[in-house]
Order: sequence, then C-alpha cells, then structure tokens
Amino acid sequence: MARRPLQEINAGSMADIAFLLLIFFLVTTTMDQDIGILRQLPPPIPDDMPEPPPVKKRNVYEVLVNSRNQLLVENERMDVRDLKEGAKMFYTNPNQDPDLPILTRQTRANVQENINLLQQALAKDPSNKQLKTDLKKWQGKMSAIELIGEYDELPTSALISLQNDRGTKYSMYITVQNELSAAINELRNELSEEKFGVAYSELNPALSDDKPKILAIRAVYPQRISEAEPKDISGGN
Amino acid sequence: MSKFTRKGKKGTPAVSTASLPDIIFMLLFFFMVVTVMREDDPKVSISKPSATETEKLEKKSLVDYINVGTPIDTRFGTEPKIQLDDSFAEVADIQFWIKENRDKRDEAEKPLITTSLKVDSDVQMGVVTDIKQELREAQALKINYSVNKGSALDN
Repeated sequence: MARRPLQEINAGSMADIAFLLLIFFLVTTTMDQDIGILRQLPPPIPDDMPEPPPVKKRNVYEVLVNSRNQLLVENERMDVRDLKEGAKMFYTNPNQDPDLPILTRQTRANVQENINLLQQALAKDPSNKQLKTDLKKWQGKMSAIELIGEYDELPTSALISLQNDRGTKYSMYITVQNELSAAINELRNELSEEKFGVAYSELNPALSDDKPKILAIRAVYPQRISEAEPKDISGGN
Repeated sequence: MSKFTRKGKKGTPAVSTASLPDIIFMLLFFFMVVTVMREDDPKVSISKPSATETEKLEKKSLVDYINVGTPIDTRFGTEPKIQLDDSFAEVADIQFWIKENRDKRDEAEKPLITTSLKVDSDVQMGVVTDIKQELREAQALKINYSVNKGSALDN
C-alpha cells in the first residue's frame, strides 16, 4: 500500500482558539493586591499559667477605646490625631518625664561585659537554654551598636497596651492601630535616615546588606503593641 | 528608465499573520500564570477602612479570607455576618475551617499561612474580638487587617 504524504494541519484557527482562552483568563484575572496591617496574635494562654509579674505603670502606655469611639490614653481623654505624637513621646521620653519609661544607655563596654559574663556562665553550664537565648540577645545588641553606635534602650517591659470595647467601631480600631504603627515607623525612618541615609521602609530584608540594619533599628525601636485579653470596659453595646 | 520600474502590480504586500498565534499564546501564558482562581462570591457587603501603614500580602495562595459585614441579600438580616469561603458561618466554625485549610497545604508552607480579615468599617469590635480569640485557639497567629490605602484619620 502506497503511503500518502501526511497532510499538513491548517494552523489558521490556532489564533482564534488562543484568543478564546486569552479572553477567558483576562476576565477571570484579578490584579488587585491585598494590602493591610499585619499583626501577630499572641498564643492562647493556658489555664494554669501563673500571673505575670506586675509591670511598672510608667512602662505601660495604656490606650483604651470605648464604645463611643473615644480614646482614653494614660487616664486622660485624647483626640486620635494626637495619638501618634503621644506614642512617640512614650518611645523616646525626651523630657525625662517621670510618668514615661526610663531609657538606659547601652554602651559598648556594658554590653561586652554582659556577653563575657554570659559566656563564662555558659561554659560552666552548656545545656542551659535560657543562657543561650540571653547571649543571643546581647550579641544582637552588640551588632546594633557596631552599626549605629551606642543608643538609649527602652526597658524590656515597656509596651503599648491597647484595649477596646466590644462596641468599638472597627474603623476606629484600625485608625488606632494605624496611628500606633505610624509612630513606630516614623521613629524608625528618622533613625534610618540619620544613620544609613535611606528610610527604614526602603530597606530590603532579603538583602544580606540590609538585614543587619533592619535588626539594629528594631533593637532600638521594637514594635511592642500588645492587646489585652478581651473584657468589657464600659459594657456598652 | 523602464529598466527600473517594477513589473506587475504595485502596493504593499499583506502583513504576515503567521506569528499572531505566537503573540497571543505569549499573552495567554502570562494571564494563565497570574490568574488566581480562588475568588469567592461576596455574600456580605464590605467597605474597608483606610490606613497608611500598610504592607503587601506576599503570596495570595497562602492567604485565607474571613469576611465580615452585613449580608447583601437582606433576607439574611441586617446584622453583621461572617462569610468563610462561599457560605455564611458562625464564630464556632472558624477553628475547624482553619484546620481544614491548613491540612490542604504543604508542610513547609504551614507557618506562612496568613489569615486576612476583611471587615466592614461599621462592624463593632465584639465579633472581631471573638474571631481573633478563635484564631488564637486554632494557632493561626499571623493575621492581616485588610484595608484600603488612605488617611486613617478620615475613617
């Protein structure tokens, strides 16, 4: 049987088929990027957890929002427009206000001494996890000092405590969260501009060059926004 | 003179369309790659609040959405309701839903899962607090408050 030569397939309609698929994907594609405020929730508290030690009042920046969307900051009414400045004051305490936290100067000698002490202790007790994490913490501070020089550090217990009522409007809650983040971000940006010449938000954590800079700035201005366990503040609904 | 005039008819030759399928295929592949198919029908109306200190959500496939708002269909009432995937849900359903979604993903991706809360501006915090408590119980600790870009003071 004689073989007929293979007929070539007409490719003229290929474009039409591709067009059809293209239009389908064009229609179903959603290009919008989801943006938002990222937060890390605390893990659930076990029932047998001991009471945490009391924190000095001056080390806590208390922000309460009631069901009428009014703010009570450090037991005084405040407009949400002033919250950012208030939070920045709490973080830096430039006027040595006795109601705000005491910042301690981290000097090179001081940090080095702590590292030495921890290393000696660790040499005696090499399996102690607590010592290892402490050592890591102080070494982090040392690398921060090497990058940006000696700095004033917030007490470890200092934090912004945010509490809201069940009746608070969600938009108000977001505004408060946003203002608190804005305060920290502005401080970080200022420091980064001063030390590295670029804004903190421009630093890229994926670059090995920028990563230590980011860690150093975070050591100076840690993001410590804590949300209290939910409870009714004013019973409003 | 006549030596240089072309014989036959003048006019531009037709543009070859042979490469058209290739061009279309290129576009097609682009859109196929960027398309995310997991788009749910909104059953609740949400007008998100605005904020300035926002971050982008990196990987869309690793984000689960919880929608809270008043139902579009008024037969379901005017109180804010929770929508998970394509259906209404109660606060108590969230833990199971989170576990189900977690099981669908690879082991390596599990710590990267973000839960995005799309909540209407006018919703009261009570329901949001309840949702957050459930998420904590379910160990879904990375959350995102979905917002629009804009001044937060106008909310």
